Amino acid sequence: MLNFKRNNTTFAAALLLSASLLLSSCGGNSSNEAAGNLAGTVQIDGSSTVYPITEAVAEEFRAEAPDVRVTVGVSGTGGGMKKFTRGEIDMVNASRQISEAEAEQAKASNITYVELEVAYDGLTVVVHPENDWVKDITVADLKKIWEPAAQGKIMRWNQVRPEWPDREIHLYGAGVESGTYDYFTEAIVGKSHSSRGDYTASEDDNVLVQGVSSDPNALGFFGFAYYEENQNKLKVVPVDNGKGAVLPSLQTVKDASYAPLSRPLFIYVNSKAAARPEVVEFINFYLDSAPELSQEVGYIPLPDSKYQEQKEKFKQFADSLKK
Amino acid sequence: MTNSEKNRLKDKAFQVFGIFCTFIGLVVLAIFLFDIVIEGVKRIDWDFLTSLPSRRASRAGILTAWVGTLWILVLTTLIAFPLGVAAGVYLEEYGKKNRLSSFLEINIANLAGVPSIIYGLLGLEIFVRQMRLGGSLLAGALTLSLLILPIIIVTTREAIKSVPRSIRDGSFALGASKWQTVWFQVLPASFGGILTGIILALSRAVGEAAPLIVIGALAYVPFTPSSPMDEFTVLPIQIFNWTSRPQEAFLNNAAAAIIVLLIITFMLNGIAVYLRNRQQRKIKW
Repeated sequence: MLNFKRNNTTFAAALLLSASLLLSSCGGNSSNEAAGNLAGTVQIDGSSTVYPITEAVAEEFRAEAPDVRVTVGVSGTGGGMKKFTRGEIDMVNASRQISEAEAEQAKASNITYVELEVAYDGLTVVVHPENDWVKDITVADLKKIWEPAAQGKIMRWNQVRPEWPDREIHLYGAGVESGTYDYFTEAIVGKSHSSRGDYTASEDDNVLVQGVSSDPNALGFFGFAYYEENQNKLKVVPVDNGKGAVLPSLQTVKDASYAPLSRPLFIYVNSKAAARPEVVEFINFYLDSAPELSQEVGYIPLPDSKYQEQKEKFKQFADSLKK
Repeated sequence: MTNSEKNRLKDKAFQVFGIFCTFIGLVVLAIFLFDIVIEGVKRIDWDFLTSLPSRRASRAGILTAWVGTLWILVLTTLIAFPLGVAAGVYLEEYGKKNRLSSFLEINIANLAGVPSIIYGLLGLEIFVRQMRLGGSLLAGALTLSLLILPIIIVTTREAIKSVPRSIRDGSFALGASKWQTVWFQVLPASFGGILTGIILALSRAVGEAAPLIVIGALAYVPFTPSSPMDEFTVLPIQIFNWTSRPQEAFLNNAAAAIIVLLIITFMLNGIAVYLRNRQQRKIKW
């Protein structure tokens, strides 16, 4: 009982503290005070890859505009797009661009939207830490390994490069329903959603980390954040796109020298929603806080100029709706 | 070795085999529990139960998730209990044994084996879109009710079947109608079994994430629901979300949330055992 009481006071104290922090941080800025009076809802769904950024933004936005109810779902880029193109949600998180079919669907239901980039993710190619033969890998090597024609044929390391040992190669990668898979196949194989099928697939990157870190013959790929958190269990492979081998890092992803495996993450905003002040405020807040928050949750922020561009793009979009 | 000695040996062997089988399940459960408790127990405190989700693992809590789970539990019970029991009573007491009844029986048995995500897709089309309930608690509860109805119907029938024929005959002999017999004799006598079935079914519903994600249950909800039409999240979705995060600390959060979910399930099972025992003491024939 005593324990409960003490914890409860800490809770109250924490509340007070955060409230006062909030007040002080709001003090200097007049637009923030206006945001405090906003009410309404912002309904978001979509990619689980983008989710951590949007969650962080929504969490911080509560301090700005406590009466705006921001809710975020995780039904995947495809699932979120289905709802978005039917006008069921205000904004969708997407780890890839909207597909042609989805754009058609949006048109059919009379929905216009704006596409905004919010951060980068560097797809990271990894092997087991005891793997001492792979020093770097070219895009052509990756294609040779992952293209549909490799199925059942490219089964050993020395089939990729003759100087690599005659050992089995075991592949680990994103599940076919994920935006990650679509992006990787597009960048490496050249055709979205097309690869060999005989590899260990999982939608959960932690499963892939487990797989690669316990299999000396493994080669896998997943989001940069998962490598960053498990550096001691994995070995990252520099990717060579013809201009020399490059390791994924904050810098190389940001300046686009880590290509073609650094990918942008998107949000799409419905025009009807963008006519509502609480949504406009939320999106502006999103673009303002994305540089800091995206990095905090493990992604790589866009260059500042790029954020400026996105803000300008959204401003024009929102203004065009007022006319 | 005499024949009786041989038989005794076989008997012993089967006993050992039985113990072995029982322990496989228990050992797996023990390992699982041990692992979860080690990882998660230090995260459970008052703040964890009263905080909203957060990007910082150490500040994140499960308030909206466990409140959502309780809401879903209550609503699902209210919907599935009367429907399931009534269907079970009809099939067992009123339904004639003909083509139609065996057709129904086969279908109900099959429904129990349908993957839960299919129920989610069904719920999305019927409840969320056609009935325009949106991603609300009510839509979620209706979807989960469909999911567990087959289990409730089957267990209700089994429970009713176990009521001896003589009880019904006695009731009829005293001039009771069919309805009176069912209401005053059969249902009270089988109530313990029915309850057990319902609570086991609910324990399953509590652990479901996939169908609820499909109907639009959320992962980040900064408010606790105040009516059945509100949007919601539940513990399994929060757990699923946390286990797929790259940061280790979120995995600890997931373990802690699993402990809370297990406690809810154990409490449900405890209630089932208690009610059944109480019921059994009352019935003497």
